[in-house]
Amino acid sequence: MKTLLRALLITLLAIGGTFALDPFRNYQLALAAACFAAVAGLTVLVGLTGQLSLGHAVLMAAGGYGFAFAASAVDGPWPLALLAGLAAAAVVSGLLGLLLGAAAARLRGPYLAGLTLALVIALPAAANTLPLGGDQGAPAPFFPVPEALAALIAVEQWHAWLAIVVAAIAVTPLVVLRSGSAGLRMRAVLDDETASRLSAVDPGAVKTGAFVASAVPAGLGGAVLAIATQQVTPGGYGLAFSLLLVVAAVIGGLGSIGGAAIGSVLVTVLPWLIDELAALAPDDLGRRLDGNLALLLFGAGLIALTTAWPGGAARLLDRLRAARPLRFATPSTTTER
Amino acid sequence: MDRFVFLLSAGLARGAVLALFALSLVIVWRTARVVNFAQAAMAVAAVYAAFAVTAATGSYWAGLLTGLAAGALLGAIVERGLMRRLPAHAPLPGIIVAIGLVMVLQAGLAIAFGPEHRPMQPPFSQRPFIIGGIPVLSPYDLFTLGAAAAVMAALALLFNRSSLGLRLRAAAFAPETARLLGVRVPRMITLGWALSCAAASLAALLLVPTELGLNPHAVDLLFVNAFAVAVIGGLDSPAGALVAGIGVGLLVSLVTGYASASAAPLAVLALMTLVLLVRPGGLFAPKEARTA
Repeated sequence: MKTLLRALLITLLAIGGTFALDPFRNYQLALAAACFAAVAGLTVLVGLTGQLSLGHAVLMAAGGYGFAFAASAVDGPWPLALLAGLAAAAVVSGLLGLLLGAAAARLRGPYLAGLTLALVIALPAAANTLPLGGDQGAPAPFFPVPEALAALIAVEQWHAWLAIVVAAIAVTPLVVLRSGSAGLRMRAVLDDETASRLSAVDPGAVKTGAFVASAVPAGLGGAVLAIATQQVTPGGYGLAFSLLLVVAAVIGGLGSIGGAAIGSVLVTVLPWLIDELAALAPDDLGRRLDGNLALLLFGAGLIALTTAWPGGAARLLDRLRAARPLRFATPSTTTER
Repeated sequence: MDRFVFLLSAGLARGAVLALFALSLVIVWRTARVVNFAQAAMAVAAVYAAFAVTAATGSYWAGLLTGLAAGALLGAIVERGLMRRLPAHAPLPGIIVAIGLVMVLQAGLAIAFGPEHRPMQPPFSQRPFIIGGIPVLSPYDLFTLGAAAAVMAALALLFNRSSLGLRLRAAAFAPETARLLGVRVPRMITLGWALSCAAASLAALLLVPTELGLNPHAVDLLFVNAFAVAVIGGLDSPAGALVAGIGVGLLVSLVTGYASASAAPLAVLALMTLVLLVRPGGLFAPKEARTA
């Protein structure tokens, strides 16, 4: 109940916050919300069960395609089309997650990473072979601002609202799951598979379930991207994007949902900010720096974080929160200099 | 039938390169229990070094030697500078650091050299021999096959027949015991990384002239396929890398020839899924300890 109230509060705050942003910032906010949904799923999967998926972009793409086709097929008022699209996104990505999870239950670390990596590389091929519209991708329906609100807000802000609400719907169950008995079972399996088996926890079932629970938010994130950009293309969900999701999860701190929010805002805003800066550089250098400088900094950050400071941003916040009262409460035993 | 023979022979050369790259992944896995996701980026950095030397001196062979040395050096540096600092017995940090290294190396190369494809001249003709009216291997394909076979044979000799190989294997399989018996385990692990990266650089050097040209992402697909090969063969097994490498090379060649180039990644994914469903540890997996 407390979690639900908190989720409601954060959602309302975020929606209120959209009034302070210009249309482009609102568009970026929608992208960040989409990333947040996917990264939250990924961070729970990696942090709690230790299964590294490099293929979450594909799960997002599955959700995006499901949304685009279902929402286009529904001929009715817009809320109906939206709901049908979201349901399809959840079902399609959930099914793909189930398949992957069934494989993941049998595979250990590097083997699973290899399978998901091959999946990412196979996505453009699948888009060309299956009826998914090839490299051009599939168009997603446009959701205009409802008439009652049309005088008040721009379309980017409306899409940001939709994105925030969908992300909240996607992430809240994950928070509940993580703090409940399912989360406990996941940690048990990560710590010791044999011991958890002896305690009547089936590692295979837990791993598969975790994959599904992580795939559905990712698919809903893909649906949000489809709403914001009105299309789904295989090129948008390549290896670089998949790795960016991993970066966001690691920067935020694996296993932490709040960290996922920080990480996804960073990976959405920082590349844009750095490219703006790089555009100031002289012509040829600017062209070379474009996109690459951000990647370079992210890579360096990833290495630095993992070697020096494995907790990520979330641990830093925890430590600051914990450190402050401690410093005042405990009398210092060492003489200060 | 002509086409089948041509595709088979093309697949053989492709498979040799794949097997060599997969073997480099197996070496690193066996010495350090890490899958080096940065292998492609490190190999491509070595190819850039080779490209620069070939452009400066005009000799392909000087470039080749430079590339191998650069690969070995880079492998040693990465092991000493990064991988050694990570906690042992947890696979995740190694994979994540390697992914960070990929981003740094590829972005750095793109900033330094630009994103263009730079054509690389092979030292031999790529025009295939015609035998009985059927185009088969080209001189360059033969060079590729020969180089890959020679390096794999040399590595097999080194690991199985030399005292250094014995120490390398001891350091990988029983680090504590090996250390007690006087093997310098950290040095052996560095050496394993250097060997592995040199082998990967050779595979990349052999591949790049047959593709569009040199670019920071030129080896990415080779890495993904080679990783699939290593996983199919069983990450612990050099023989598995060889068998699966040739097999996947033939498969990719046949699928590209008879269906389309874009269907090849799907075929590799399907083969990998199938193998892992039947044998989760790969074809040549060692027996696992029983669990409850």
